[in-house]
Amino acid sequence: MGSLVILTTDACLCALVAALVGYWLHARRHEHLCAPWREVWRRPVAVGAAVVLCAFVVVALLDSVHFEPRAGTDRGDGNVLSVLDHALGPLRTHGETTYSAPLAAHAYSRESVLDVKGELTRVYPRLTHGAAHLADPGRERSADIGRRVAAGAAGGLLAALALTAAAVLWVARRHGPGLSPAVSALLHGRAGFPWRSLLGVTTALLVVVGIGAALAPYYHVLGTDKVGNDVLYQALKSVRTGMLIGSLTTLISLPFALGLGVAAGYFQGPVDDAVQYLYTTLSSIPGVLLIAAAALMLDVYMTRHAAEFDLLAARADLRLLALCAILGITSWTSLCRLLRAETLKLREIEFVVAAQALGVRAPGIVRRHLLPNVMHLVMITTVLDFSGLVLAEAALTYIDIGVDPSMDSWGNMINSARLELAREPAVWWSLVAAMSFMFALVLAANLFADAVRDAFDPRLRELGPDAEARQT
Amino acid sequence: MSAYLIRRLLYALPILLGVNIITFLLFFVVNTPDDMARMQLGDRRVTQEAIDKWKAERGYDRPLFWQTDASGVAKATDTLFFTSTLQLFSFDFGKSDGGRDIGTDLKQRMGPSLAIAVPVLLLQLGVALTWALVIAWLRGSRLDTWSAVICVGMMSISGLFYIIGGQYLIAKLWRLVPISGYDSGLAAARFVALPVLVGLCIALGANVRWYRTIFLEEMGREYVRMARAKGLSDARVMFTHVLRNALIPILTGVVVLLPLLFLGALITEAFFAIPGLGSYTIDAIQAQDFAIVRTMVFLGSLLYIVGLLLTDLSYVIADPRVRLV
Repeated sequence: MGSLVILTTDACLCALVAALVGYWLHARRHEHLCAPWREVWRRPVAVGAAVVLCAFVVVALLDSVHFEPRAGTDRGDGNVLSVLDHALGPLRTHGETTYSAPLAAHAYSRESVLDVKGELTRVYPRLTHGAAHLADPGRERSADIGRRVAAGAAGGLLAALALTAAAVLWVARRHGPGLSPAVSALLHGRAGFPWRSLLGVTTALLVVVGIGAALAPYYHVLGTDKVGNDVLYQALKSVRTGMLIGSLTTLISLPFALGLGVAAGYFQGPVDDAVQYLYTTLSSIPGVLLIAAAALMLDVYMTRHAAEFDLLAARADLRLLALCAILGITSWTSLCRLLRAETLKLREIEFVVAAQALGVRAPGIVRRHLLPNVMHLVMITTVLDFSGLVLAEAALTYIDIGVDPSMDSWGNMINSARLELAREPAVWWSLVAAMSFMFALVLAANLFADAVRDAFDPRLRELGPDAEARQT
Repeated sequence: MSAYLIRRLLYALPILLGVNIITFLLFFVVNTPDDMARMQLGDRRVTQEAIDKWKAERGYDRPLFWQTDASGVAKATDTLFFTSTLQLFSFDFGKSDGGRDIGTDLKQRMGPSLAIAVPVLLLQLGVALTWALVIAWLRGSRLDTWSAVICVGMMSISGLFYIIGGQYLIAKLWRLVPISGYDSGLAAARFVALPVLVGLCIALGANVRWYRTIFLEEMGREYVRMARAKGLSDARVMFTHVLRNALIPILTGVVVLLPLLFLGALITEAFFAIPGLGSYTIDAIQAQDFAIVRTMVFLGSLLYIVGLLLTDLSYVIADPRVRLV
């Protein structure tokens, strides 16, 4: 390893995690904050989705600790690496020259090679790294793959079994002496927590990870792309981009929405007029166009100040941050409108009137009485917006106003893969890999968001269907 | 009513002005026309003469807000702010940075956009309403559960997947329709079919769930219980009472979108090479044609404001309890 490098987005992500931990510590001590979360954790679907989300978060966090590799030890060439890069070392360095299908031993296209007799023939050349340990891939490959899949799955199952045992012991502590009451409570879902869902999803996840880990050092599990990079590696690297866009954007938009929304609702009069004018104006510009305009201007700015963005990673990083900022600034209006309406209602309720009568000043009322009572709206919007933003990234990247082309993201993968389907035979793996990863993340986020919304406010309807879905 | 309309129209003016100021700041103040010229001309070592020529050809060589050389009204009108933004109010869109007349382009490209957007909207409403009504009626049944699963699944799939998958499966493997392109007149139907289908799929999941919530909310009301108590059949309650009342929030939600149909669907049009306004915008973004992007931002906000106005009016028509003063 080398010296630690902190990119701007890394710092943001760390701040976000710290904020989440802070919220958790705070919520633990307040019954009214615990209750809705207990409601969420009672739902099997939400628990399963949370497990998947956790897996994505772990990958994103591992990918957010960057360091500068020591010269000579690694293929660093002035760029920074993350812990995930380090852990996936073989995937990153085992590049081929061009396309190869998942688990293939031979390249996708023919090349002219000089054979033993010195004649030029067109053959499918062996891959440099994929299945390179096999002498005769034609005969041995399927058996070898089968063996490795079995070993990986067995490893995953073993880990899952260990976890299950730990869960049984945990439940047994509460369900009296002996293990059998605990086991039966677990099996019949009577343990007060959806253990079956938790353990089931975890087992599936562990088995998949086990199989991947068993195959990845020897094969390209999801094939390679046009320039020979491993697709699985790209898809894993894209997790961080997706998570960042989903979470940072909301983080950036929160101060605007909270500050302006609550101020407009509480102070009314000219403040209210000004805020309403501001958000009507901003929201009347079609989101995509405002993003496009801002992204164009960012391009111009970057071209003018090219000297300041010499480090490739820093440039891509800044572009990502700018994209989050642009998305955040265009998307705070709907939450702001909700918060203003809610504050208008709250300020007429007795406890606020009483606080005013007792002489509490406006900042005190806003901080102690209004903010805590609109927080559920913030929570719901944050969770609901997440999946839409992950999807929006792919669409925006397609129109060239998304993340930097050099950055790993699902949008970039789809963008570069869309013409490959027209080839004969079709190159489908890049596209399918990006789509499946994205689908898993968005589906988990959607399911989790549903549970959160129902738990925090079952009658909240104004949020409506996804605004992002309509833009494409 | 007419007083209300006039007030709302007057209220729209400052908003449009605000939109223009925002775009003006973005395009001319954050980055000067010199930067744009340098970017358009591409070369890092481009001469100042070339930049000046580029600016003069497009009229970007005027001062920002105040022309000191001119006399009279021209002091304010011969400026960048006036020519690039205020002129839009008279629907004089000027020329694109590429030299074409934007107004003519808009007229030509409106048709294909509508040919996609209108069928999508109608189909969307028909399919989503029927589906939502059926599962709201049979709530708690197996059909309802599976619909929920399918809807969440459909919502979680990227729109790009529907487009690419549709092109691959229907156009390339089954050869039912051409992969992309457009034709004039009735011959366009072949080209429009797939984009319409894709457009339907993209928003279907979200819409069905949304309509279902509205239906369920409506079904919990007192008048429904009253109708049942009077002995009306389930079907009659659903179709005459619940449907009609639930249509109020649904239709007014659709009305906002109506004017925006002109702008077309950006990504769908680009993928299917439909010569509509959506692909026009995307081309402009990719060619970094600032004049077109500016015009589209203006048009988009104008249409959105018109949509809000129509929504208010449709409330009056759909719901006799609402009165505008």
